[in-house]
Amino acid sequence: MTDKIFRVNMTDLSTSIEDVPADWAGHGGRGLTSTIVAAEVPPTCHPLGPNNKLIFAPGLLSGTTASNSGRISCGSKSPLTGTIKESNSGGTSAQRLAKMGCKALIIEGQPQDDSWYSLSLTPYGVAINKEEELVGMGNFAVVETVEKRFTDKIGILSIGQSGEMQMSAANISVKDPDSHLRSLGRGGLGAVMGSKKIKFIALDAGNSKVEIADPDAFKAANKTFTKALVDHPVSQALGTYGTNVLINIINEAGGLPTKNFTSGQFDGHEQISGETMHDLIVERGGKPKHGCHQGCVIQCSQIYNDLKGNYKTSGIEYESIWAMGADCTVDDLDQIAEMDHILDDIGIDTIETAVAFGVAMEGGVLEFGDSDEMIRIMTEEIAKGTPLGRIIGNGAASVGRTYGVTRVPVVKNQAIPAYDPRAIKGIGITYATSTQGADHTMGYTIATEILGVGGSADPLSKEGQIELSRNLQIATAAIDSTGMCLFIAFAALDDDTCLPALVDMLNARFGISLTADDVTNLGMSILKTEHAFNQAAGFTNLDDRLPEFFATETIPPHNAVWDFSAEEIDTFWNF
Amino acid sequence: MQVQVKLFAFFREGRFIKEDRELPEGCTVGEVVDTLNINREEIGVLMLNSRHCQFDTVLHEGDICAIFPVIGGG
Repeated sequence: MTDKIFRVNMTDLSTSIEDVPADWAGHGGRGLTSTIVAAEVPPTCHPLGPNNKLIFAPGLLSGTTASNSGRISCGSKSPLTGTIKESNSGGTSAQRLAKMGCKALIIEGQPQDDSWYSLSLTPYGVAINKEEELVGMGNFAVVETVEKRFTDKIGILSIGQSGEMQMSAANISVKDPDSHLRSLGRGGLGAVMGSKKIKFIALDAGNSKVEIADPDAFKAANKTFTKALVDHPVSQALGTYGTNVLINIINEAGGLPTKNFTSGQFDGHEQISGETMHDLIVERGGKPKHGCHQGCVIQCSQIYNDLKGNYKTSGIEYESIWAMGADCTVDDLDQIAEMDHILDDIGIDTIETAVAFGVAMEGGVLEFGDSDEMIRIMTEEIAKGTPLGRIIGNGAASVGRTYGVTRVPVVKNQAIPAYDPRAIKGIGITYATSTQGADHTMGYTIATEILGVGGSADPLSKEGQIELSRNLQIATAAIDSTGMCLFIAFAALDDDTCLPALVDMLNARFGISLTADDVTNLGMSILKTEHAFNQAAGFTNLDDRLPEFFATETIPPHNAVWDFSAEEIDTFWNF
Repeated sequence: MQVQVKLFAFFREGRFIKEDRELPEGCTVGEVVDTLNINREEIGVLMLNSRHCQFDTVLHEGDICAIFPVIGGG
């Protein structure tokens, strides 16, 4: 199929299929969503109003046989941060979109009445249908019902109750190969989908396939690339313990934010660790190894069963377990898995929501460690949209403002995830300067500071950290455009055959001749496009700062503080 | 001297999670790794009292030594 732009206008309920403009042709994934947001969304618009747009784009290699290429990007202006946003997820949607020749789906406008709708995409276009049955339902019921209406082969993007109620922490859920859920998280793009009154998007690619310009060269490059991924020891550990293998090492390093960021170590770390989780999964007949999309050779996801051996949740990440665990001082994995399932069903970000709970605990709304009350609030308040549920569902900063808490770990209103920037300083530069608020995935300095991948850097020293974060943010923006999972970066940082093979696959897919420098330049230009959007939306260098308490409160065991000066942070953008 | 040794991920298999060990004065982190029959090439990260360290780092009474294979996440 020739790639096209699919456009949907929810104001007049019209759709169109357009040729890809020449200057969008070389973009995919995050590069494309950010280019379109910058081109078509007024930076000062209200994120939940008719002038914001919601854009889905598969990566450049999605839909091909390239290993780990099934990631989808979703872009918009974020209702949580007010900045540009790109959320990234696995699942089956990227491959469906790519195969049907949809280079990007652009959703604009807003219905004039209170009706809800669904979209149905095929290679031939988009249908808009009124939706009544599924309004008010959670994501698992949506997937089950939509599969019955179509087939179980269908790709599904959907929102739960939090997206319908336009909470700032709402996700867009993405069906995975087992009809479970992955999430386009952080930044509240589920609220944007809710503001456009779209409950779900069904993706039927039929038998369409992605065309490859040079199939033999593609196959050869993919073989080299796959070998680099499979051979790297980090890939092997990820397949055994999942990302949750990090609980113990980040705790040991003194950088595991605990009890709303008042300590860097958690007494209950062993109970919620990747090692304990692996043993529980095996004992209960679950799967320690599982792929979030077809073609993944790393398999960091898993199937977690409950005490009776029944499915409870899958793809439970380190950052989610940290947030519901250490940050709220909950040391029970079964309770954490239960909460993960509930939050997936409501369709709300696990990091943002759990950090909001940590702030609420400090504000006296509930006790630290009270996971029963957390579960009650999730099901009885957030899912039902009570005032307390909406305060928490709008994120950590919302809770801090409401309850007069000053220790609120956010940057640009977005919750700081699982690595304390006082004890692991490079990641603090990423939190401060990211174009999308605090987000570890924007420039994962942990690889080098803690894990010894791609060199080493002392996590307690400022030396080299700004350059490290900059280089990783540039590389990440490029990887996020290819449809590749970010975890290819571990192999790419250590194995000299990995990145050239990736570039070879891009060239073979499109019949072009990119070099490694072109890919780096792509990453730089994406960051600059995103930064320019934020500046036009009113953000300045003064927004690139961590909350005050990080500079004034020490964190044990290292008793470190955040000590980068404003001038030092601002040198990040010197490129 | 007494040193606490902690193991992580698959290094625990057939060994232990945490153990207090009696070691000779001047013992290095690398020597602890060797006595545990862990191949040095499998080592990802070594920490002494929550700071990264090297194979030749010398241990002292009461130290906590953490030994990790190559792992990642994020």
